[in-house]
Amino acid sequence: MSSARKSNMIVEHLRRAQMKELLAERKRLDGRGLTESRPIKIETNVIKKANGSALVTLGNTQVIAGIKVQTDEPYEELPDKGLLICNAEVLPLASAYAEPGPPDEDAIELARVVDRGIRESEMIDLKKLVLIEGQKVYAVFIDVGVLNVDGNLFDATSYAVVSALLTAKLPKLEVKDGKIVDTGKLMPAPIKTVPVSVTMVRIGDTLIADPTSEEEACMDARVTMTTDADGHVCAVQKGGTGAFTVEQIHHVVETAISKGEEIRPIIKKATESG
Amino acid sequence: MGKLINEQGIRTDGRRVDELRPIKIEVGVLKNADGSSYIEFGKNKIVVAVYGPKEVHPKHMALPDRSVLRCRYHMSPFSVEERKNPAPSRREIEISKVTREALEPALMLDDYPRTAIDVYIEVLQADGGSRCAGITAASVALADAGVNMKDLVASCAAGKVDDTIVLDINDEEDKEGQADMPLALLPNLNQITLMQMDGILAKDEYKKCLDTAIEGCKKVYQLQKEALMKKYFGTEIEVGNLA
Repeated sequence: MSSARKSNMIVEHLRRAQMKELLAERKRLDGRGLTESRPIKIETNVIKKANGSALVTLGNTQVIAGIKVQTDEPYEELPDKGLLICNAEVLPLASAYAEPGPPDEDAIELARVVDRGIRESEMIDLKKLVLIEGQKVYAVFIDVGVLNVDGNLFDATSYAVVSALLTAKLPKLEVKDGKIVDTGKLMPAPIKTVPVSVTMVRIGDTLIADPTSEEEACMDARVTMTTDADGHVCAVQKGGTGAFTVEQIHHVVETAISKGEEIRPIIKKATESG
Repeated sequence: MGKLINEQGIRTDGRRVDELRPIKIEVGVLKNADGSSYIEFGKNKIVVAVYGPKEVHPKHMALPDRSVLRCRYHMSPFSVEERKNPAPSRREIEISKVTREALEPALMLDDYPRTAIDVYIEVLQADGGSRCAGITAASVALADAGVNMKDLVASCAAGKVDDTIVLDINDEEDKEGQADMPLALLPNLNQITLMQMDGILAKDEYKKCLDTAIEGCKKVYQLQKEALMKKYFGTEIEVGNLA
């Protein structure tokens, strides 16, 4: 199980002690402020064969997201909604600790938390992705590959997926005499809001945003919050083997909302030219 | 008012907005396990077994300085309306992970180096909130197994239904409602060990939802204590004095 595997990740005791000492003075090893993110770089349309794609670099963490659109039958209980399927894999080339094989629980959690942020914020209006109610709908497959691991995969993956969706071009399909016809034209995905994921970790009594791998190796607990453009919280996930106090959670809510407002324009700007 | 809460503030299953579903907890229900429990939480019926601390298999998983906690949350194929494929789903894998992380802060794993503690949570009948019920029962089963603990872990969800913050949302409210926040609490240490949320909540609603869930966890904690007292002292003792 991966909890055991992670403990193999050796952060020298001196480094850990140094980190805690610095954090007590509200400083970080790489000189960032406690809630300061690493530089975010977003490139879109990097994969021409995908309907949408984005390569996100967050410090040394690098993630690629690709979108493929097909048609499929809707879920029985949701006949009036298109499908949205999100999958993530930490590729074996991404770190010395990643191994080939089916997604482990960390990768599954990653995909499900990112999926939740997009689904619950209603970023995509799935009702507009229906061709024949109960029979044929658009199916939006989002696949994420983590290329280089240096912490905060949740936010990097979320930014990549959101950017890929914002710049995606879907085939414009029409229904003629009960049959699906491809008009040969393209259309943007029906976007309603831009969700932003913000992850913070607790090391001792200090909360920091956008942790590196080294900081994650020292963390007690982690929490990821996604906010929409109205500043509402739409998805949350606590992780890690430690706990939080109520006051700490309140601090994370405030930070997630304010950092969301800071990062949303970065994503919007990078995806404008699309 | 919407369709899930009526003018009198009563929900579809007859509860008030701050009321838990009926909960029944039994301790020591399985002979072979080192610790076990059974919980009925609304229509949820869940049995939990704890094996350990014991030798670790596979051996390479063992840690030199502490015990390895392993959790499996599993739904029986017959526990839901449509038969569930018995193979672990992505949802079950995620819930197993967050359950482990919800329980671990309560356990003194350093006391048992080079061992494993296995927690098996089997959902026999599912209703909304099965992860919270599973965590609540698992913590009681761990206590029954005699594993050293700093606190119990009490779990319960709150959510938003018809624009109202409500405690312990049921299956229907989960599907039709506006938000769901499962939470787990160490009641004496006041620490949050599980927090998830889906739906949409404004900042103030988020805080109210968190407070509501915490109050619910505290009520669940009283029932956990009662169940343990009943098994180990044979009588239903006034638990308020033992806090």
